Amino acid sequence: MDTYLEKLNVNNYEPLITAAKLKKSFGNFIAVKEISFAVERGLCFGILGPNGAGKTSTIKMIYGASPVTAGDLFVFGLDVKTQARVIKSRIGVCQQENTLDPDLNVIQNFEVFASYFNIDKKTARARALELLRFFALEQRRNEQISQLSGGMVRRLIIARALINKPELLILDEPTTGLDPQSRHQVWEKLDTLKAQGITILLTTHYMDEAARLCDELVIMDNGNILVQGSPQSLISDYTGRHIIEVTEPGKEFLTYMEGKDVRQEDLGHRLIIYAADGHELYRDICNRFENKDCVLRSATLEDVFLKLTGRELRE
Amino acid sequence: MKVDISWRFIRVWQRNLTVYRASWKINFLPPFLEPLFYLIAFGVGFSGLIGPINYETRQVSYISFIAPALVAINIMNNAFFENTYGSFVRMYYQKTFEAMMSTPLNADEIIIGEIVWGATKSLIGTAIMLVVISFFGLVSYPAALLILPVAFLGGIAFGAVGMYFTGLVKTIDLFNLPVFLFVTPMFLFSGTFFPLSGLPVWAQQVALALPLTHLVNVVRALNYGTFNGDVVAGLSYLTVFSLIILPLALFKMQRRLIK
Repeated sequence: MDTYLEKLNVNNYEPLITAAKLKKSFGNFIAVKEISFAVERGLCFGILGPNGAGKTSTIKMIYGASPVTAGDLFVFGLDVKTQARVIKSRIGVCQQENTLDPDLNVIQNFEVFASYFNIDKKTARARALELLRFFALEQRRNEQISQLSGGMVRRLIIARALINKPELLILDEPTTGLDPQSRHQVWEKLDTLKAQGITILLTTHYMDEAARLCDELVIMDNGNILVQGSPQSLISDYTGRHIIEVTEPGKEFLTYMEGKDVRQEDLGHRLIIYAADGHELYRDICNRFENKDCVLRSATLEDVFLKLTGRELRE
Repeated sequence: MKVDISWRFIRVWQRNLTVYRASWKINFLPPFLEPLFYLIAFGVGFSGLIGPINYETRQVSYISFIAPALVAINIMNNAFFENTYGSFVRMYYQKTFEAMMSTPLNADEIIIGEIVWGATKSLIGTAIMLVVISFFGLVSYPAALLILPVAFLGGIAFGAVGMYFTGLVKTIDLFNLPVFLFVTPMFLFSGTFFPLSGLPVWAQQVALALPLTHLVNVVRALNYGTFNGDVVAGLSYLTVFSLIILPLALFKMQRRLIK
């Protein structure tokens, strides 16, 4: 893994991915509605959004598995419409579902997958062992895929996606369904990869994951990009630093709050108050309404997300 | 329809070969045992009831009449079942094609690689069967060696049909339909276990429209070492049939894989 950067022929000046008015439709349904964004080299870029937001459709176009309906999409400065094969040889993809080959054992999964990239068997084996070591899966090299736990499967898919030494690693919900230990292990490995200069494109529903990993992110909903920015800037721009949550606010309290010039959201049994600096207001509330169940906390990406995409269920 | 195929399709083929080799002892059994069972049951058991059969200008024993037909049936079954159930499992349950699509391989290469693999299984099965029936003294060499390339061609034809259905069916259970309506009737009525002349004229004409009839004709002729009109007609039929079905299978599967 130390030699990773030397192998990359890096042009640092232009964005790794550029999308302009990128559109994807399936019949009458428009999954992605003319979105534009750019991903800089060396960053971890997140695409967040509820189910059906268009995240997977977007990344499938980037790795050439799904044709672009309209608009422009360039990866490594190459047009995905005409150069998909070259682009695909330079990226690693970790799909949402388990796409490991159950007919093959662990090491064969690497060797056969490497053959799809025309990597010779000797090189493939050496790289596979290196990657297995890196992901702490060395002892599992001769096991069947069905014998592995969910966390191991996930790490193995990520490891396999690195067999061609990609410049761009695409991760579609890499930690969905994993236990906290496995999630943290995956995050640590991704940190290491990022430090080695690989660009990461990530989709997730987990806001803590996005906040932890992403330098830059977009929040999508219904095929549109709602906002773009770093996790911190989005929090300060859209929610303020603090959140005060009041359980069972009651009429009296709501009337009191009406007089305040702060953004607030009434959820019925709970009132959410967004504040740039919530300390003073919090003390004030605690003094006036002694019996209220009231909490002051830092705003998170999840607050931004729910504020922008709403609270209704997506099915 | 746009088709983009490079030699990389061989990687898909190699993947299947790797899996096949891992359990070759089990994979070698069906083409070894099946003709053996049939030859014993029909050839030995039935032969007392059935006299010699007229083939062209000579008479052949019943057992040597059905032996080449068994080879032809094996060619059909290997490719058809590989590219229906086998390919469907890889596509739908195992997500093998999805993984391939994220590499430099494209959908066309995956589809062609699968069909060529199906034909390869037909070829392997045929080679094993020829060895088995040779022990019964039923094969005339060296002409019969030409059955091997024919097995590959037949495998392409039936594999393409199978692939077409793989692009079509919603669930794996629906393969029962083409098996019951296409494969089973051909198995019985393509001049396999009795000469076509035993059927009414209209049924003979229906049989001549079906690919297995032609494959049986070619394999049977080569098995006896005769190069008659059947060989030319059969090979022409199978080639034209493949050239029509292959693009259809590609088109159906493209629509299924590329979304």
